[in-house]
Amino acid sequence: MEFIELILINRLDGVILKYPHHDNVDGTVCITGHHLILSSRKEGVCELWLLHKNIDNIEKKETKVSGGILRGGSLFLKCKDLRIFQLDISSTSELNLLAQTLENLSTIQDPSLFYPFFYRHMHPIMENGYTLYSVEGEFTKVLATEEWRISRVNQYYTVCASYPKGVMVPKVIDDETLAAAATFRQGGRFPVLSYRHNNGAVLLRAGQPLYGPKHRRCRPDEAILNTVVSAGMKGVIYDLRSSNAILQQQNKGGGSESPANYSQWKIYNRSMDEVDNQQQLLESFSKLIEACVDREISSDKWLSKLESSGWPESVRNSLHTACIVAQHIHQKAEPVLLHGTRGEDATLLVCSLVQIILNPDCRTIRGLQALIEREWLQAGHPFGSRLRSGPYSASPARSAPTFPLFLDCVRQFLEQFPCSFEYRQCFLVVLFEHAYSSQFGTFLCDSDQERETRGVYDQTTSIWSWINQPDELTAYINPMYDPTPNVIWPSVAPMSYVIWEELYLRWLADQHTEEREEQYKVIRTREQHLRAQALQLRRELLELANQYYAPNTK
Amino acid sequence: MAFSLTTSNMFGELGRFASWFKGDCIAPEEYSGLAVTEKLENVQMLDKYNLRNPSKGTLYFATTHLIFVDHEMRKETWILLMHISSVERLPITTTGSPLLVRTKTFQSVFFVIPRERDCHEMHQTLLRLSQPVNLDELYCFHYKSTPDDLPKSAGWNFFDIQTEYQRMNVPNDQWVLCTANKDYELCDTYPSEVYVPARASSAVLLGSASFRSRGRLPVLAYLHHNNAAIARCSQPLSGFAARCMEDEQMLDLIRRANPNCGYMYVVDTRPKINAMVNRAAGKGYENEAFYDNIKFQFIGIGNIHVMRKSLQKLVETCEQNSPTMSSFLSGLESSGWLKHIKSILDASWWIAKAIECGVSVCVHCSDGWDRTAQVCSLAAVCLEPHYRTINGYQALIEKDWLSFGHKFTARCGHVACDSRERSPVFTQLLDCTWQLLRQAPEAFQFNERFLLTLHDHAHACQYGTFIGNCEKDRRDLRLWERTFSLWGYMASHLNEYKNPLYNPKAHPDVLKPDLSPQSIRFWRGMYCRHESGIHPRESLADILPAAVEHSGALTHHIDYLAKRISTFKSLLSGRKADKSKESAVVNYQNGSDNTEIDTKVEALQIDNKLLYECSGNLTELECANDDHPLKDVGTAAPTGKIPLITEKADAAVPATLAQLESEINTVALDWKSLKNVTECSCSTPLDHFSRKHHCWGCGRCVCTRCVSARAPLPALAAPRAVPLCAACAPTTPATPTSPTSPPHNLVTPAT
Repeated sequence: MEFIELILINRLDGVILKYPHHDNVDGTVCITGHHLILSSRKEGVCELWLLHKNIDNIEKKETKVSGGILRGGSLFLKCKDLRIFQLDISSTSELNLLAQTLENLSTIQDPSLFYPFFYRHMHPIMENGYTLYSVEGEFTKVLATEEWRISRVNQYYTVCASYPKGVMVPKVIDDETLAAAATFRQGGRFPVLSYRHNNGAVLLRAGQPLYGPKHRRCRPDEAILNTVVSAGMKGVIYDLRSSNAILQQQNKGGGSESPANYSQWKIYNRSMDEVDNQQQLLESFSKLIEACVDREISSDKWLSKLESSGWPESVRNSLHTACIVAQHIHQKAEPVLLHGTRGEDATLLVCSLVQIILNPDCRTIRGLQALIEREWLQAGHPFGSRLRSGPYSASPARSAPTFPLFLDCVRQFLEQFPCSFEYRQCFLVVLFEHAYSSQFGTFLCDSDQERETRGVYDQTTSIWSWINQPDELTAYINPMYDPTPNVIWPSVAPMSYVIWEELYLRWLADQHTEEREEQYKVIRTREQHLRAQALQLRRELLELANQYYAPNTK
Repeated sequence: MAFSLTTSNMFGELGRFASWFKGDCIAPEEYSGLAVTEKLENVQMLDKYNLRNPSKGTLYFATTHLIFVDHEMRKETWILLMHISSVERLPITTTGSPLLVRTKTFQSVFFVIPRERDCHEMHQTLLRLSQPVNLDELYCFHYKSTPDDLPKSAGWNFFDIQTEYQRMNVPNDQWVLCTANKDYELCDTYPSEVYVPARASSAVLLGSASFRSRGRLPVLAYLHHNNAAIARCSQPLSGFAARCMEDEQMLDLIRRANPNCGYMYVVDTRPKINAMVNRAAGKGYENEAFYDNIKFQFIGIGNIHVMRKSLQKLVETCEQNSPTMSSFLSGLESSGWLKHIKSILDASWWIAKAIECGVSVCVHCSDGWDRTAQVCSLAAVCLEPHYRTINGYQALIEKDWLSFGHKFTARCGHVACDSRERSPVFTQLLDCTWQLLRQAPEAFQFNERFLLTLHDHAHACQYGTFIGNCEKDRRDLRLWERTFSLWGYMASHLNEYKNPLYNPKAHPDVLKPDLSPQSIRFWRGMYCRHESGIHPRESLADILPAAVEHSGALTHHIDYLAKRISTFKSLLSGRKADKSKESAVVNYQNGSDNTEIDTKVEALQIDNKLLYECSGNLTELECANDDHPLKDVGTAAPTGKIPLITEKADAAVPATLAQLESEINTVALDWKSLKNVTECSCSTPLDHFSRKHHCWGCGRCVCTRCVSARAPLPALAAPRAVPLCAACAPTTPATPTSPTSPPHNLVTPAT
């Protein structure tokens, strides 16, 4: 195995692990190809298993004693799951070796060396998560309308590298038209169906049109869009960029649809630039987390950092945009097309949130899995690149916490609608952690194509295969769940924003959300149990009464 | 039926009971049974989120409320005149003269009045009515009856200082009751009964009192079970060099009352600079060189003026017309409110930690009635689980705030006075408590509604409890004779204040708060209460208590079913029904769940029993959960008054199967979920803070007004009157205890 060259030291005794809210652990560090293991070899003391891929940043602090002699020091391992571990090592040379080893291992770029390819799932897999959410299965109801079909034009990923093999398109549009339209859209991302609401209004998404300074037009693209607009109506195109950003892109060959060519569509724009700008979003997240983990911060600093991070505003803006789009669909039954520049970040985020508002299915555990499969994994959100680094690292290009932003938005929904969701917030935390580093292959690579060629689907286990095991699943079920059959409109007022304390603040202070949810469960279960008992006794009583009164009627 | 005006109103309920009278019932000079002094038509009310579509309607000036009624939308807005904090005229517009009314409960309403003269008059009237000149004009002195027909005496004797100290095992050999202040001659802002070290002579007490600002000498506020004590006082009159042997002795005696520790802390809760300034005025702080074995500590909490300005900025932040995340967060930051909340909690926790470690603490600020009251109470809440119960918290307010002279009338601005005396000191206590409650809900017996109720009533002056600035004031005003007590009212609504997550075992000892700035939150439920759109759309604060209440209903129904089943069984097997009666009763008793009964405050229960018996009416007291402290009283009540189901059920079985079925079906198995409830069946809108009830008969969700009757149901094995909607309520009184029609003694106090 090539890890051998990277591992300069594979075992180190006498390391002291310091971690807030826990006793220091004196133990031995072992380094394997994928894990750092720290064990005290004592009964009752937890072992630490840390995936190298979870390590976001390594800071080394050498201890200088008098006379400038180095006497070991500390390694600060800052993790993508937001934890910060301190390892105290007494020898400087070993400190350096360990730091270098971890640096080597945590920065491996080749996905085929990642842990999911080496991990063997212990339990028999009942359902293969990779085949659970097929396009046919997901759109059965839509297909039944006879207005939409599955196109295999992208079977070999030649039309669009970031799309899956099968996409939903209007039935009357043939594959040639699709291929032609793809040439007019950024990254070949021609308009495809994202969601069809129960009133028939649809949500489409695409890449930006390559309108450019030369004002190009593309009849096939117009044809696709025009088929979804019914007579006497207008569709709505939401460009998720500021006017400035659109103009900039137009000079580079992109831009927005021209109203002249898309006369059946109203064209609006609403800026989600801060989400589509990866560097800005990552910086925003870094600032937020920096403020969240700061134990010495003052009240004023905390609020001003929270504000200046821009993260709360991004959450609010995402929800707000989704509400606006959902209103068009639900209240006016207008078809909506969403796009930004590439249509792989903000576009997917808004598409997903719109569906959570509109579609009760997305508020179930499996529904959320399906949503993530459809709108993130299959739709070509580049998980591999975006989540390569977390909030602690010096932002390498293309990394951005778009998916964590989505999870945070869902967390806001859970706060406002604690009964409408089948899952509880710990499910979102699990998704957050596994999206960054995991034994499962689901979130590896940047697209369906890449996952297919690298053998992710054959050689790794899907996270859904694990989560959907009955034993595992129960942990995520919200005891207060009572399905809401209709749309839910979240509040987007600044006062309604809550910080996701169970994630961002969990290492700062103990969070008791789960204990509380257990209490909810006790209360709910008691109520249900008593109801069942009362029903049973009613039957019993009526039976006896029947016997008693029967002779009278004879 | 009489309603409690403020309480219902603040949760937006009473606000809607006009439809109870519906249309033509509104006499020209009456509105909802309130005498209307004046009426303005064609007034617009602007909503900050909906400036384009103002509601149009009529504005009524009732004796106690300002009521805006949008007849078309059937929407009503009620503002208690005593709650009005400011009335502001804004520049005239094309549609009329705007008037901005702000309340002490953080509501702000814009009215646009067509004629300028009317606006001017309204402005003057509101200013006059919202701030009476004399205490005698306050609402409480005209308030004639409570919603539960409680006698005036109810609640006034629930708490007394001696019982409270007995709970801490005081007096004991270290601490004794001092009678020197019997007629307030030692200190007129202290309670008449103070507890001081057993060895303190009168000379020491007198000397110490004379050396302390306003005579507020160091006395016992709280004694922990490890003998560490919190003592409270005001600043010493030390100036730059003055000293007082008696005061030094006094502190030394307090220190020695805790034999386990050789030193004690003296905590000055002011910022050091403020204390230094006071020195120049001949006051200041203790000189460590003069006092033996004390460790001196400053903990900087801002003064009343800082807090007042901070709250003002906070309110402005909440009032922003279209707040962005950025403007809201920076407004929150620049108000400094959360910083101040944290500073109070920090100080309290510092003291609690010292006490936990066995070191006594003597706390003061300037006069020792604002910051000192805050930190003493909060330290006690952290230290002692009793103070996290409903009764305990009320007792704490009674002791640390009312007895020790927190100037409620001045701080809350009950009557027209220097506005610089107003300060949200008590609001901060509640906010700090809410922070602890938010972090550890299982540690508290009460809920958010409890804190909001306290807040609103501290300002409403409907009950006499918070009137006056100290115990002596209250005694001089003879409040206990002339007004109702809030504690009496609250005791008969305990159910509304109970926290379903409370688990006394979760924090049996010290409650350690998380005081990192990240964990101190903005209390939306307090400061943005009147903005309906921003609160969670599904409220666990409603749903969980409803689940608990539903479980209670089901339990009683199950007991009834079990009893019927055994009756039928014995009838079928030809045996006499006597045995089944016994077993049924046993069954019922086993079935009840008494785990949470708060047996500590026996005085309260006895008092309520008395109260219950003389009222002779079934009130919410009986509708409370199984664990309601009054439950035993209810069941033990004379059977002549309340026919017990047990007797009826065993006396005979229904004549036919159909009768039995209809008897069973008087109780709903399923209750309507509170999840998507936005209005009551009477089309009254229900918002986040509205109290929602379930009809036990049909399981529908109704507003307070629509709980038209309370009566026992035949299919419940408990002689309790349960809330019923109009459709389920018996048309003819089933029992003498359910009145046919509500007594029409509506609250119409004389003007």
